[in-house]
Amino acid sequence: MITPTHYMLLSAALFIIGVIGVMVRRNIIIIFMSIELILNAVNINLVAFSREWQHAVGQVFAIFVVAVAAAEAAVGLGIILAFYRNKETVNIDEMNLMKW
Amino acid sequence: MPPGLSTLDFYYIRPEIVLTAGSLVVLIADVLLLRRRSGNALAWVTLAAIGATLLSLVPLANTRVEVANGLIAVDQFALFFKVVFLIAAAITVLMSTKYLEVEGVPPGEYYFLVLCATLGMMIMAGGIDLVTILVGLETMAVSFYILAGFIKPNQRSNEAAVKYFLLGAFSLGILLYGMSLMYGLSGSTNLRVMAAAFVGQESDPRLVLAVILVAAGVGFKIAAVPFHMWAPDVYEGAPTPITAFLSVGSKAASFAMLLRIFLEGMPSMNADWRLLFEALAIVTMTLGNVAALTQSNLKRMLAYSSIAHAGYLLIGVVAGTERGVSAMLIYLFVYAFMQLGAFAVLVLLRRRDVIGDELKDLSGLYVRSPFAAFAMLLFMLSLGGIPPTAGFMGKFWLFSAAIDAQYYGLAVIGVLNSAVSLYYYIRVVVFMYLKKETMGSELVLGPSLAVALGVAVVVTIVLGVYPRLLFELAEASAATLGAVR
Repeated sequence: MITPTHYMLLSAALFIIGVIGVMVRRNIIIIFMSIELILNAVNINLVAFSREWQHAVGQVFAIFVVAVAAAEAAVGLGIILAFYRNKETVNIDEMNLMKW
Repeated sequence: MPPGLSTLDFYYIRPEIVLTAGSLVVLIADVLLLRRRSGNALAWVTLAAIGATLLSLVPLANTRVEVANGLIAVDQFALFFKVVFLIAAAITVLMSTKYLEVEGVPPGEYYFLVLCATLGMMIMAGGIDLVTILVGLETMAVSFYILAGFIKPNQRSNEAAVKYFLLGAFSLGILLYGMSLMYGLSGSTNLRVMAAAFVGQESDPRLVLAVILVAAGVGFKIAAVPFHMWAPDVYEGAPTPITAFLSVGSKAASFAMLLRIFLEGMPSMNADWRLLFEALAIVTMTLGNVAALTQSNLKRMLAYSSIAHAGYLLIGVVAGTERGVSAMLIYLFVYAFMQLGAFAVLVLLRRRDVIGDELKDLSGLYVRSPFAAFAMLLFMLSLGGIPPTAGFMGKFWLFSAAIDAQYYGLAVIGVLNSAVSLYYYIRVVVFMYLKKETMGSELVLGPSLAVALGVAVVVTIVLGVYPRLLFELAEASAATLGAVR
């Protein structure tokens, strides 16, 4: 029997993988993928809770999260492309024009 | 009409509708005016849209309703913030005309995006439902990602946009994870329903985790230490007017969101989040000020100073009382003018051959432009909290609210930090008035920039001398938000 706890554990695992990915990886695209992983962890949580409460609020919330993630991806990839055109790299260690 | 929605709801969200329509007009005007040199005309259209929105706020001055079954609250708290956002947007637009001209960037979608960001902030201030807050937050954030990287050939601008985008998206993920837990434990996304559901669940570890995650997510947005690392880089690299708008509008909107989520959504958890924000406030104030001491780049210095100001503002959250909230509103209002004014001076220093954001670029400003030097002097004193400027009044109320709520330690640390901050604010003044003049092309104070600076100067002085009206408005606004006792 799969209980809400199982879903929460899955989403917590995804969340942690995503956070570690953001911290560890140096490629901007992979960092961005890790962020998407975090957002999907959120969606699993929302949908699982929605089923537990027997209403659709969480699912609606999840659709909004998907829409927002799509908007962010569109803008984000554009920004990354503009950066790539100037620097010919997508490694965050090369983002070193500004430091203190 | 779908259920839960009535025609009357559209009446209450009229300011948002007007602003949306206005932003679309700007977009169309940009296409129609493409052939001519349309920068200034577009700025006028934008200002008209902002003005129309401000006017449409007037009939809502005394309403207190929940729109669309509790998605958005239209109350004085939201109204106060909306006025701050719109004024900040107007001053930003006034600064932008000259800046874009010097940078040689056609305005294009620039003004449209400024209005979109403002719209997002307005929704954030009114949002009492997690979904509305998410939508408002992202409308603002996505607009700012683009605006930060608006000068595409400039590598610094690119870098600022990438950093802002990555950390912004990351913080959104953390915030949303916390929100999903909040929803799971209460069964509702409405903050007020949630508040009732959380009573008696205070010791649930999942709820404590939700508090921590949401606080971390919001901490990124207000640039509180240790979630501040994006701020200096983004502030330095982004176009100067956008930096100004980011440090004022985005910060104020995030504080509105923070107050809504914690004071309206989780008042019963106040022991946890007070502790959390107390620690954040102390670290943020201290680190922000100490890091600002060593900066030679003005934009970076102002970035660290704005981090420190977020720390002061958090004192009001920790107090959590009506007085604390009203002090925060006053401080945010005052901060908007002094911060925007300081950035307007930086825009003045930007010329075709000089970037003008290094401290040494200010040398001898007193000789080259006495008015700008005086304005900068005033803003620096105000940011440092010296009477009779508005900044002093704001700080005074904030610290007295802390004392009122018996957080003596916080008040003392705040005052000590203000003293430290004076060092780097006064250094700016020393450069302007005492250092030898450096040559460079002439400073041209255009009419729009003069208006922006003039408004900021007048408000900073007037509110320092006669703050009564603002205090009364802020108190009335804070009263419409639930406070923790």
